[in-house]
Amino acid sequence: MKKTYKQAGMLALSVLLAGCATGPSPQQVAEATQKVFKSSFRDQGIAKTSWLDQDASNKACSEAQGAALEPQLAKSIEEANLKTIKMPSDGKFLGDWKEGEKIAQNGRGMTWTDKPGSANGGSCYNCHQISKEELSFGSIGPSLYNYGKLRGVADPAAAASKPIVDYTWGKLWNSKGYNACSGMPRFGHAGILDETQLRHVMALLLDPASPVNK
Amino acid sequence: MRWNLLGLTAVCLLPLSVAAQKSTAEGIAEYRAMLADGNPAELYEARGEALWKQARGPKNAPLTQCDLGKGPGVVKGAFVELPRYFSDTGRVQDLESRLLTCMETLQGFSAEAIAKTPFGRDEQKNIESLVAYISGESRGMKFNLPQAHAQEKLMYAVGKQVFYQRGGPYDFSCASCHGEDNKRVRLQDLPNLTKNPGAGDGFGAWPAYRVSSGDLWGMQRRLNDCYRQQRFPFPGYASDATIALGVFMGVNGKGGVSTAPALKR
Repeated sequence: MKKTYKQAGMLALSVLLAGCATGPSPQQVAEATQKVFKSSFRDQGIAKTSWLDQDASNKACSEAQGAALEPQLAKSIEEANLKTIKMPSDGKFLGDWKEGEKIAQNGRGMTWTDKPGSANGGSCYNCHQISKEELSFGSIGPSLYNYGKLRGVADPAAAASKPIVDYTWGKLWNSKGYNACSGMPRFGHAGILDETQLRHVMALLLDPASPVNK
Repeated sequence: MRWNLLGLTAVCLLPLSVAAQKSTAEGIAEYRAMLADGNPAELYEARGEALWKQARGPKNAPLTQCDLGKGPGVVKGAFVELPRYFSDTGRVQDLESRLLTCMETLQGFSAEAIAKTPFGRDEQKNIESLVAYISGESRGMKFNLPQAHAQEKLMYAVGKQVFYQRGGPYDFSCASCHGEDNKRVRLQDLPNLTKNPGAGDGFGAWPAYRVSSGDLWGMQRRLNDCYRQQRFPFPGYASDATIALGVFMGVNGKGGVSTAPALKR
């Protein structure tokens, strides 16, 4: 009798331990996560709970948790994002690098403490080195110092510069067109910066007169 | 007090501009060392201890019977084992959500009303002091969050999903800033919260006195400001998403030493 209890106890213990070792199933985790997101967030100012809805890129890159995507999936996400890129309506790619520098410095915009309709910054220095003069720059993205110079852009209007100019515009408009899980915001696609602002940032990167290319 | 804070602000501006020429980490470490003997968090700790023992609320009772996970009234060592599962509420709770439970059951406050109160006001102000006191009682101890209960395991797994969840107009997740080693936003070093030492250092520094805002911030306020800058919608105070993140960071930081309440820029 005593032995039976002991065996039953051992069995219960081993079942419990097995349960401990395995942890929750992926389905349990997915369901619980969905519930947690639904119950945890609310609208505040311009920040809406609809911002939690994910497109294919954000969904796949969240699930990958930092790992590389399957090449096929990455390709389809990049193709879909490339299609969203709108080239400048008047064919003019470069504005004023001085204005571009201000936009690169400005990290404001699109938080729940920002007013609707106010112009956003580009937050560029948060993640990138850009001009040599600004020492307070982040390191999440690559250095952009000498961006145009290193790519041989002596005259941004020249035909030889066109591929780099087009690519840079596209990368700023929708970074996920070139890298499915890029950490960079989709400045044009997401409506963070408008065409005029993007032209100024383009000039900061590509204008030979910009301090970036000195 | 007011003069002290003004002085602090002035002192803090100088080393930060010097820091640009040195390494950032060096400058900030130097500045913290300068203030180490005078961390204003100590004032909050003292006030928190008094609040813990003071009879308050509609039931006119102290918090001294509050169970933070190690039995009623045990404060020492509780902080480094939170968030954890509590059988009386059937939930995994972090320090602040657990305080809400105790303030409601023991003192008769409305947890819902406190959760809706903006940071730094009324009972939220008192919670700042309480978390300073409670975390301070575990200063120097190592994080060791329990992971035996199924709910604790589930919340870790959920926290990991929440950490990597991209969204908002900027496509950011927690991992955008805190998923890799040796990254900075501007001059600010970013701890990698997926493993040690970043997880222990980062998670283990909050609550902290934040010089730039002149307030003591609990982990809830810290996460709330992260989500603001992440361009996400507003996370509810003591919501499950924030608690799950606490489990994720705290378990990743196992063995790391708690420095809370620390001093932050």
